[in-house]
Formats: sequence, structure tokens, C-alpha cells
Amino acid sequence: MAFLVRRLLLTLPILFIVSVICFSMINLIPGDPATVILGPEATEQAKEQMRNRLNLNDPIPAQYLDWLGGVLRGDLGESLIDDEPVSTIILQRLPVTIELAIGTFLVSLTIAVIAGILSASRRGTWVDYVSTGIALGGISIPHFWLGMMFIIIFAVSLGWLPASGYEPFFQNPVANITAMILPVFATGLRESAELTRMLRSSLLEELGSDYVRTAFSKGLSRRVVVIRHAVRNALVPFVTASGLQIAGLLGGLVVTETVFQLPGLGRLVVDSIEQRDFTTVQGAVLTITLIVVLVNVLVDTLYAFIDPRISASSRG
Amino acid sequence: MSEAVTAEGSQTQTIRPRERRLAGFWRRFKRNRLALVGLVIVGIMLLTAALAPLIAPSDPQAQDYALTLQPPGVGGLMGTDSLGGDVFSRVVFGARISLISSLISVGIALLIGVPVGLTAGYFRGIWDEWIVMRVVDSLQAFPFLILALVIAAILGGGLGYAMIAIGIGFIPAFVRITRAQVLTVRSLDYVDAARAIGTGHVGIMLRHVLPNSLPPLLVQTTLAVGYAIIAEATLSFLGLGAEPGQPSWGSMLFQAQSYLTTAWWMAFFPGMAIFFAVLGFNLLGDGVREALDPRTYD
Repeated sequence: MAFLVRRLLLTLPILFIVSVICFSMINLIPGDPATVILGPEATEQAKEQMRNRLNLNDPIPAQYLDWLGGVLRGDLGESLIDDEPVSTIILQRLPVTIELAIGTFLVSLTIAVIAGILSASRRGTWVDYVSTGIALGGISIPHFWLGMMFIIIFAVSLGWLPASGYEPFFQNPVANITAMILPVFATGLRESAELTRMLRSSLLEELGSDYVRTAFSKGLSRRVVVIRHAVRNALVPFVTASGLQIAGLLGGLVVTETVFQLPGLGRLVVDSIEQRDFTTVQGAVLTITLIVVLVNVLVDTLYAFIDPRISASSRG
Repeated sequence: MSEAVTAEGSQTQTIRPRERRLAGFWRRFKRNRLALVGLVIVGIMLLTAALAPLIAPSDPQAQDYALTLQPPGVGGLMGTDSLGGDVFSRVVFGARISLISSLISVGIALLIGVPVGLTAGYFRGIWDEWIVMRVVDSLQAFPFLILALVIAAILGGGLGYAMIAIGIGFIPAFVRITRAQVLTVRSLDYVDAARAIGTGHVGIMLRHVLPNSLPPLLVQTTLAVGYAIIAEATLSFLGLGAEPGQPSWGSMLFQAQSYLTTAWWMAFFPGMAIFFAVLGFNLLGDGVREALDPRTYD
């Protein structure tokens, strides 16, 4: 618990800088932000209204404090397109992205654990070559392209699964899950690649260590040595790596949601950029980044829990 | 006479280690067959980019409305796209855009990230602890693609801005790697020795600290080029990189998206090109890492 509190305190400077970066987005637009948002044909009056609406005429520190005060109260401003509160839009989109992220994470974790353990414990066999080959290929594949290929194969040619058409889980669970399978696997396969490589190499390191030789020499079976001894130690760096993967995963979902036309946060960012709805972009990016920061804190805490050496060293 | 011999002898000895190091690097590198495959793929990509006008059978920007959506075979090696453009020619020229833009973005990251990491790690103090590293942490809290996307959007879109955006996205990684390397080197005896004979900070950083940071930077640069290829394709796919008419692999995929049900080849070939290009740089980067790793020394 003390560890969690200390870890949360350490994120305060990060949260501060993240908030400054998100806040600055509108001010950093080159030239006059109001002209960029409204287009060059806009009248001077409309531009002045937009500047007032975004408080662009105030001094920058005042703008920031004003914006931050709103954020802390859960007020992210209003969409520049339809005046809806940004926080409402985000709350509508969030479940889609969370469902996708959890699905992708589970798929990539499952693949990585199975492939990583198999290839490390059978090093040099065809099982190892196949799974390291796939992992190497997986890192090099743009996953949105993998998604497109999945659509061509499984939706267009075979007709097994829909290419798009999201429905909320509580309205139509079956349609929801069938629509999620392709995007989850397209992103999950790619994310699993890096994790597989990481688990394989850390497991190989453990398998080469003295305690494993001792375990073998006392006559334990291969399965017990690998699963009960080596994997347990190899999982420690793996947990951190998979947690850090969350940032990449959420970024990757931006494109997955676009390919599969899923109404999530990532697609919201892309659509709002297209419509120059910068308050919505700002709110969505802030939300996504906050999720990443919080997940990293949780992962670190979990890490300290798995490996008691860490919480002990931070105490001392 | 004997003096001249020893002078000559010592001279050859001072030259040899570096040559031997290079030769040793190459010997270890070429033992790794996957690394050689990577080198070959990257070589092919470089040649394709350089010789694009000779390889491509037609102008990559040409459009022929009489020949739209022709499958491979009938419509050339890789078929034609929805505007009648030859997919093969566009893929070939795409290697140019892809290579140039990824090299420029990684170049930007190197130019900013390395000096910042070098000075932060060398001087330490408040600047390092409370400004540089906290900004790096915060930038890394943003998912890479979202950061690049937002920067590109703020700057206004287009391939040039996409390169800058991707470059900025890579800076934190380069700062971190350089800084970590500097931290291990700065307290070593030979740096103290250089300081003792009166070498200035800049001289120590450039002549003694930086060269020792090069191996991990080389690995990171190679891998970053591969990732920059994907990032450029992604931004172009989302409409924030290359213009749809430009023969960029990402914008070809953007165009292909509306024809997934009818023209698989429009999506298949540019994606395969991205895949092989990135695979090449990844294999090369892994090979360089292994060849530089002292644990694999023989």
C-alpha cells in the first residue's frame, strides 16, 4: 500500500507535464488557431467568437489554470462540432476501446505465454523455429494491414465473421463478440510477437542458471522444473514488459478501430482531427494517456508484489 | 635503426585494434544467417529506391480510367488500382518515399535526442533529473502513434510534417539510450584521466563519451528505421501523411480500404512491401545487436 502511494506521488510530475502538453495542443497550432479550426473562409467575427470560446485571448497561464480546473472537475470542454460535452462523448466511446484493449491483451498474453514457453523449453526444435519465426514476422507486420487481410480472408472470402458493425455488448452480446474477434486477433497477434520474444529470452536465461541445473539433478521432471521454477522467475520481467505494452496497444487501437469501423476512443481521435475538433482531440488524448499512466502504476505495484526484492529495496 | 623499428611497430599496433574490431564485428555478424537475410532485404530496398525509374514499368502517378481494378496478370504484375494506376510501379516508387521519410524522421530523433541525452547524462543535476527525464517520461506516457498523430495534425498534415511528428515521437528513446550509456561511461578511469590532463567538457563528451555510446545507438537506429516505416505508413493510412495520389505504401493502403471486397491486390502488395522492409531492418538490427554484444565474443 505504501508502495502504491509512493508510486502515485512519483507520477505527479508526469501528470503535470502530460497536462501541459495536452493543454498546449491548441496553442501550438501554427498561425491563428481560430483560422485553422474554422477554415480560411471564416469571417473575422466567427474567428473572434472562437477565440473567446477557447479563451485564446487570455494570458496562457490563466488559460491553463482555467482548463486544468475544468479537467479536475471532469469538464473537458465542449466539442467544437456539435457542442456536446467532450466528457460525455468520451464516456460513450470508452467501453469499446476498453473491451478491445482487454481482448487484445488477453489474446496477446495467451499466445505469448504458450509460444514463449514452448520455444524456450524446446530450443532448437521445429517448434522453436516456427514460433520465433512467427514472432519475428509479427513484429514487422503493420497490424492494420493484418486487419485488412483478415477482412479479405475471413469476412469477404469465407464469410465467417463480419468486417464491421459494432453493437454494444448489453444490447446484442453475440453480435458484439463476433464483431470484436477479427480486430482483437489482428492487434493481439502483433502485440504477442514482442512478448513472445521477451519471454523466450528471459526463460532461456533462467533455464541456463544454476538453480535449474540443481532442480534437474535432484530428479525433478522437466515439466516441474520449467513451469514451477524457471517460468516463475522469467515472468517477473515479462509482467513489466506486458504492462508497458499497454501504451503501444492503445496507440495501435487507433488504427484498428479505423479499419474495423469501431466507435472507440482511437477512432474518435482520428475523426476529430479530420473535423478539426481540437477540444475533443485534446480530451480524448488526455484520457488515453491517463489510462496509460495509471496502468503503469498498477503494473509497478503488481511487480513489487510478485518480486518482494523490489518493495524491500524501495523501503530501504 | 632499432628506434625506427619500434616506432613502426607501435604504430601498427595502435591501428590494428580498430581494424580488428571491425573485422571481428563483421565475422560475428555474418555468422548469423538471419542478419545476412536482413542485410540482403535492406540492400534490395535501397536498390529499388535508387533505381525506381528503371524498375517500374510505368509512371507511378499515371492514371488510366480504362484499366481500373484489373487483377494481377491482366493488369500487370500486381494489378491496377481504382484509378487505373499500376500497383507494381507504385510499390516500387513507394520504397523511395518510405525509405527517405523514415531516414529523415530517425535523423531528426538522433540530432535532438543524442545531444540532449549526452549533456543530461554528463552534467546530471537538476536539469537532468527534473526537466529532461521528466519530460522524456511524460512523452513516453503518450502512445507513440497518438503522439505522432496529434503532432502531425497540429502541424497541418502532409508527408513533411508526418516525418517531423514521427521524429519527435522517437526522441525520448534516443535520449534514454544515450543517457544510460553516458552514465556508465562517465565515471570510468579513462574519462577521469582525460579530465586530469585538462580536456574540456565538450572534448570529453565528443571524443571519449560519445564513441562509447555508439553501439547501442546503432542498434536503436536500425530498429527505429523499421518502426518509422510502419509509422509513416500508418499516418498516411489515416490521411495525415502522404497525399492519396503520392505512391506511398500507406496512402495506397488508404486507397485500398474502400476496395477490400473487390480488389484484394490493392491492399496485399503494398502491405507485403511494408512487411519485408520492416523485417529487413529488424533482422539487421538484431544482427548488429548480437554482433556487438560482448557476451557473444569468441
